[in-house]
Amino acid sequence: MQKWRATRRLLLNSYSSKSRFDHPRSNPISDHSTTISRSSSGFESWTSRILHYRHFATAMIQRNPSFSTLNSNDINHFKGILGDKNVIEDEDTLLSANTDWMRKYKGSSKLLLQPRTTQEVSEVLKYCNSRRLAVVPQGGNTGVVGGSVPVFDEVIINVGSMKQVISLDKVSGVLVCEAGCILENLVSFLDNQGFIMPLDLGAKGSCQIGGNVSTNAGGLRLVRYGSLHGTVLGIEAVLANGDVLDMLGTLRKDNTGYDLKHLFIGSEGSLGIVTKVSILTPPKLSSVNLAFLACKDYSSCQKLLFEAKRRLGEILSAFEFLDNESLNLALNHLEGVRNPLPPAMHNFYVLIETTGSDETYDKEKLEAFLLRSMEVGLISDGVIAQDINQASSFWRIREGVPEALMKAGAIYKYDLSLPVETMYNLVEEMRTKLGNSAKVIGFGHLGDGNLHLNISTPQYDDAILAQIEPFVYEWTSKQRGSISAEHGLGLMKANKIFYSKSHETVQLMASIKKLMDPNGILNPYKVLPHSI
Amino acid sequence: MKIMVAVKRVIDYAVKIRVKPDKTGVETQNVKMSMNPFCEIALEEALRIKEGGMASEVVAVSMGPAQCVDTLRTGLAMGADRAIHVDATGPLYPLSVAKLFKALVELEKPGLLILGKQAIDDDCNQTGQMVAGLLGWPQGTFASKVVLDKEKQLATVDREVDGGLETLCMDLPAVITTDLRLNQPRYATLPNIMKAKSKVIKKYTPQELNIEIKSDLEVLQVTEPPKRKAGVIVSSVDELIDKLKNEAHVI
Repeated sequence: MQKWRATRRLLLNSYSSKSRFDHPRSNPISDHSTTISRSSSGFESWTSRILHYRHFATAMIQRNPSFSTLNSNDINHFKGILGDKNVIEDEDTLLSANTDWMRKYKGSSKLLLQPRTTQEVSEVLKYCNSRRLAVVPQGGNTGVVGGSVPVFDEVIINVGSMKQVISLDKVSGVLVCEAGCILENLVSFLDNQGFIMPLDLGAKGSCQIGGNVSTNAGGLRLVRYGSLHGTVLGIEAVLANGDVLDMLGTLRKDNTGYDLKHLFIGSEGSLGIVTKVSILTPPKLSSVNLAFLACKDYSSCQKLLFEAKRRLGEILSAFEFLDNESLNLALNHLEGVRNPLPPAMHNFYVLIETTGSDETYDKEKLEAFLLRSMEVGLISDGVIAQDINQASSFWRIREGVPEALMKAGAIYKYDLSLPVETMYNLVEEMRTKLGNSAKVIGFGHLGDGNLHLNISTPQYDDAILAQIEPFVYEWTSKQRGSISAEHGLGLMKANKIFYSKSHETVQLMASIKKLMDPNGILNPYKVLPHSI
Repeated sequence: MKIMVAVKRVIDYAVKIRVKPDKTGVETQNVKMSMNPFCEIALEEALRIKEGGMASEVVAVSMGPAQCVDTLRTGLAMGADRAIHVDATGPLYPLSVAKLFKALVELEKPGLLILGKQAIDDDCNQTGQMVAGLLGWPQGTFASKVVLDKEKQLATVDREVDGGLETLCMDLPAVITTDLRLNQPRYATLPNIMKAKSKVIKKYTPQELNIEIKSDLEVLQVTEPPKRKAGVIVSSVDELIDKLKNEAHVI
């Protein structure tokens, strides 16, 4: 808490007088050297990181002059729609709403709105559209590509207050809820009813279902339950002009016309604001088993995946991998975490989870599979969790790697879909390329062919960035992979879409955007390239 | 020296429990069951003593219905050499368990009997003490550190007590019950799981041990604790004093 306050004081002092457009290339780091010098090195890298990156991102973009600027009439109008309490201009709250989770991107919005109903969202958007005020839809603000915070002074519309669970059909498992429901809360609610959410991610304590849907979040259970495009049955969304689109069906099958809800799943708030979600929740099965395994090389991990899909079949519910460096990072930076397989450090680690209805049967199946894999040399060692506590501690290691990266310094984060056979080659090539200047780690959803490539350095450094980009994107493109498997494009990759999509495809996307949001007020500067 | 360790199969510590609608107990159907956390610590300590060369064999013991065998398999996978299952259906209260342990101890003749300080389902904290009493053995309960002296056949036990730590020295054979800070239990590794498949689990019934299970206790009712009431914001010091005096009756 102390650290946060001190940081906030520093940032407020530095930003209140300077205007971003006046000194696009000035170096703020040297201006603050006296204030920073007293602090600890972790604090220092935090502030210099945020200062550096903010300029890096926005120095390349200009604020769109066709957007209006807020005036007091606007504020009064919003107060009329939402009530005084839900129109926030307080600097403290604005600071955190303007900054993303990784503290890489910081906007300068002066207004945060917290609507409580779809009607309020509709009236707010209608007004913003008529006034040409740019807006940023915001949920849990846990995204990692800068898509959830303003770039300039866009009005933040945070749906966090819309957190009602509307209904749960106990027979079909269809859950209808508002977009601001936090994922973990939905999981707890469903737990009491005998269901689970079809997605699970490390950010579950803060992320909201509206945001998950808008970004087509993937997560740890995609290998079993599929993506949100399959599990979301209906959406209610508000368009840029305030029109409410009620597509909140709860039907498993409905082939009547074009299935427009898919436009909103994964478009990152650029086509409309999702206000309600109807999602199919799987039944909660009683028998969950988790194994933490060590493999000597990447090809063993691949073969293990192949075998797991066949031998564990329908009970496989998660298949994650992390390399030696990822485990080291987690052990060094996270509290209360210990190596499940001491004392040796192996090259690769795999987490296999099974979920089924029969405890004895599943355990036998898993043990038989693992023992056989060990006999043929696919696994060098492993442990099976004997109770829920042990299982949580294994998951903590895998889910905690992003957190550990944050504590270790500056991060260059890439989320790629690649063919499983060649996936790790990229990590090794980057390691050779960067040598001692950076720590390269690879981990991710091996079951889905999704690599999280992270490069950790003490400070942000343009020279290092130049060695990483566009090499990583070009490499991925050559494999016909995706430069953003699940994180989305946001601000970070807004101009990189051509590495994974053809020009014709992107043209059509731009036409759809123009059709649905002619003034371009929804989450501008993101997702689609600025050249469009 | 042989070490006997008691392990109990209980509802997993991380599960959110629910009281049965008829208030006769807690819902145990379709609920994840695991080894009592304090029993894991007890078994871990026994294994460390054996690895330190002070003991030759670790025997895990569990009492209850057939599913107890699962818990014993976990114990064997952690490294216990063999296991004993006392097959008994129906409720087993601490005194019955203690009597059964006395019978087993007379059969197996271990030099040390280690139990968890209490089970997380009934929180009795009685079995270890009762067995020691029945056997006439010294007891070191709430152990947070155990050091054995093989030559002098002594155990030095640090106990966690209200005032701090108490150190006791006792002759073996003795009964030790384990507290949370004694150690961090190991995970069950695949090689050990594989070895466990060939380890022996011997079954006994209470009749074979000449013990009659009598329930001296009867559970009348199990209810949830009252829901926490919301706090009240008072508007003045006078109102606070009034509430403290007339409602809470503390002044």
